[in-house]
Amino acid sequence: MNPEPREMMEFDVVIVGAGPAGLAAAIRLRQLSLERGRDISVVVVEKGSEVGAHILSGVVVDPIGLDQLLPEWRTHPERPLTTEVTEDHFLQLSASGARALPAKLMPKLLSNHGNFIGSLGNVARFLAARAEELGVEIFPGFAATELLYDGDRVVGIATGDMGVARDGTARPDHVRGMELRARYTLLAEGARGSLSKQAIARYWLDKGSDFQKYGIGMKELWQVKPEHFRPGHVQHSFGWPLDKHTGGGSFLYHFDDNLVAVGFVVHLNYSNPTLSPFDEFQRFKTHPAIRDTFEGGKRLAYGARALTEGGWQSVPRLTFPGGALLGCAAGFVNVPRIKGSHNAILSGRLAADAIADELVRDEPAIEPVAYERNWRGSAIGRDLHPVRNVKPLWSRYGMPLGVMLGGIDMWSHQILGRSLFGTVAHGKPDHACLRLLSEVTPIQYPKPDGVVSFDKLSSVFLSNTNHAEDQPCHLKLRDPSVPIKNNLPLYGEPARLYCPAGVYEVTYEDDFKKIGPRFVINSQNCVHCKTCDIKDPAQNITWVPPEGGGGPNYPNM
Amino acid sequence: MKILVPVKLVIDSNAKARVKPDQSGVDLANVKLSINPFDEISVEEAVRLKEAGKVSEVVAVTIGVAKAQDALRAALAIGADRGILIQTDEMVEPLAIAKLLAKVAEAEQPGVVILGKQAIDDDSNQTGQMLGALLGWPQATFASKVDLSAEAVEVTREVDGGHQTLKLTLPAIVTTDLRLNEPRYPSLPNIMKAKKKPIETKAPADYGVDVTPRLKLLKVGEPPARSAGIKVKTAGELVEKLKSAGAL
Repeated sequence: MNPEPREMMEFDVVIVGAGPAGLAAAIRLRQLSLERGRDISVVVVEKGSEVGAHILSGVVVDPIGLDQLLPEWRTHPERPLTTEVTEDHFLQLSASGARALPAKLMPKLLSNHGNFIGSLGNVARFLAARAEELGVEIFPGFAATELLYDGDRVVGIATGDMGVARDGTARPDHVRGMELRARYTLLAEGARGSLSKQAIARYWLDKGSDFQKYGIGMKELWQVKPEHFRPGHVQHSFGWPLDKHTGGGSFLYHFDDNLVAVGFVVHLNYSNPTLSPFDEFQRFKTHPAIRDTFEGGKRLAYGARALTEGGWQSVPRLTFPGGALLGCAAGFVNVPRIKGSHNAILSGRLAADAIADELVRDEPAIEPVAYERNWRGSAIGRDLHPVRNVKPLWSRYGMPLGVMLGGIDMWSHQILGRSLFGTVAHGKPDHACLRLLSEVTPIQYPKPDGVVSFDKLSSVFLSNTNHAEDQPCHLKLRDPSVPIKNNLPLYGEPARLYCPAGVYEVTYEDDFKKIGPRFVINSQNCVHCKTCDIKDPAQNITWVPPEGGGGPNYPNM
Repeated sequence: MKILVPVKLVIDSNAKARVKPDQSGVDLANVKLSINPFDEISVEEAVRLKEAGKVSEVVAVTIGVAKAQDALRAALAIGADRGILIQTDEMVEPLAIAKLLAKVAEAEQPGVVILGKQAIDDDSNQTGQMLGALLGWPQATFASKVDLSAEAVEVTREVDGGHQTLKLTLPAIVTTDLRLNEPRYPSLPNIMKAKKKPIETKAPADYGVDVTPRLKLLKVGEPPARSAGIKVKTAGELVEKLKSAGAL
């Protein structure tokens, strides 16, 4: 297609992604703008059809971020978090049993006292309403698909064209994308954002840091029977159904009105290519200590999203000429605390502070280095530094030794103020961790029972996922022959299994004799979790944003 | 000539409707709401008529809670010129809606009122027809083609077994069907402009219309779940099963 010129609009700051990080930055910029009496124009683009549509998280929120950003949130009539954590359990599961770890063993930093259970999507909806009150322009349904450059400086983003047919030609309703030019561009796309990935590569932002590590988190929202509901109840587990070499675990939170958020995270450095994170999650719910909660309940929603797990040592350089990375795009999840949204909000605020100071000068944007300089000494750094060895120790020594060593290291921080191990490196990137199919015992998963465990397609149905039908496939294969030629014989094409939404399939011309394999991409099922972009052993899949407004429509997730 | 387009904010067509546990209605908390797709088609048609120079102003009107103005903003982003929000927290039934719209039509004096044939939340398909009766204006429902001139509107409508073309003298009522047009993607600048277009807020009392419901909602429930099917081995077995189920 011959690209026609795009219309252009100018702002002081453009933010990609209306999640906690992006919206916190937007709110802080406008607060400073009003405080200092100097206008700062802020625009946020969001690929989801509305704010919150693509937000998926546990979630137990540490309110430190909200308290700093909007201290009045606790008394606001629309406050999104109302259930305070009342009990906090940590279980080690075996196939038939569950052992609670004594609370006394838990380092203080893992305590959830004073934290809130809720829906991060609704936190984002709340933040968006406050941001609009402060004069932020928020555009849901528009995907940022390109970074704009002036020389070596990022000068904004372009939104994708709408109305492009599958073959790349213009449909009758074709509308060209827009250029949103800005002095500063903040990337708050979440884990493995498509523009963040480009910025990290172009500016070598990760050259001084360890690999980024990832996990895939899946979540369901249930309405349970009142007799199974315990408001404020928080429970985490590790162990079964994962083997001792595979990292991950579950979360289970009771909140609001008979709602239970249940989820499962599998670290993406798992090595058995026959592992299916989705089926591990489904199997987890059938555990005798877990299943009762869901008996007689109703599953309301399902979704999945990759998250960063590299922590302190994997955080790349956060700034580049004309912009910065925020939130999970930067990698601020605290793995043992199983939360990151507080750091996302804090990072948005910290970046906004740095940029507001720069904007005072009427010069072209430079790199907002104060943000890069300050985060390690800020509350974010203080949160991530003491726990930096937990995930690499777990990955290196497995269960239970790695988990114990991680615990001992956190205690050492609490008592001695330092780590026993220095800083442990992460080893290999996640896509390089798979063993060959011939080297592993294939994992057999039980059939879903339709009561507490379900199949993939009926689950994806509950993510309300929709993409405009006639559009190019947004999952790009660098070499289309790799899935069948390499991935299938070597690994059994693990995309079939790691994708939590059934996007990837291998079909056969003769299904019975397994002759004539074909790789099928059902891109319309995609819940935008980015796992394929991370885990494909050949690094052959690139996730790019589909037409704006497509993807899941998560309510209360 | 002016066109009046009534619009409604409804649960998004991609969202799953979930019944509230107390069966008092559909739970809309944090569920995506959008402009009713048929109303979007109405707005698009009105805006196209304006772009063709046949219409001078497109006025969108909605009746509902404060949030219902999101439907007006969607209409303004497509290209409507201004909006009227008649704000009420009551459940407003089609007849009350039609009475309010009749008052708005009397005040605005549009040449045509273009409505969606129905809203996808309650599928009533009543408001347009009731409005026609209340105003005594001719109506053409389920339009798949609209041809407007200064004195009349020619409407091709979808009927069982084919198309029917009607010519109505103005002012007239048209309700839209899916095939009339494909609404455009509102552009980013137009969404921004829409935020600044005027919306007038009114109350039902301003029009002297009583919107108290005339129907009593007893309960809202989900359709019964289908029980699992069975596999039969032979055609004979199938016939036997069908017979025993009373289907043959």
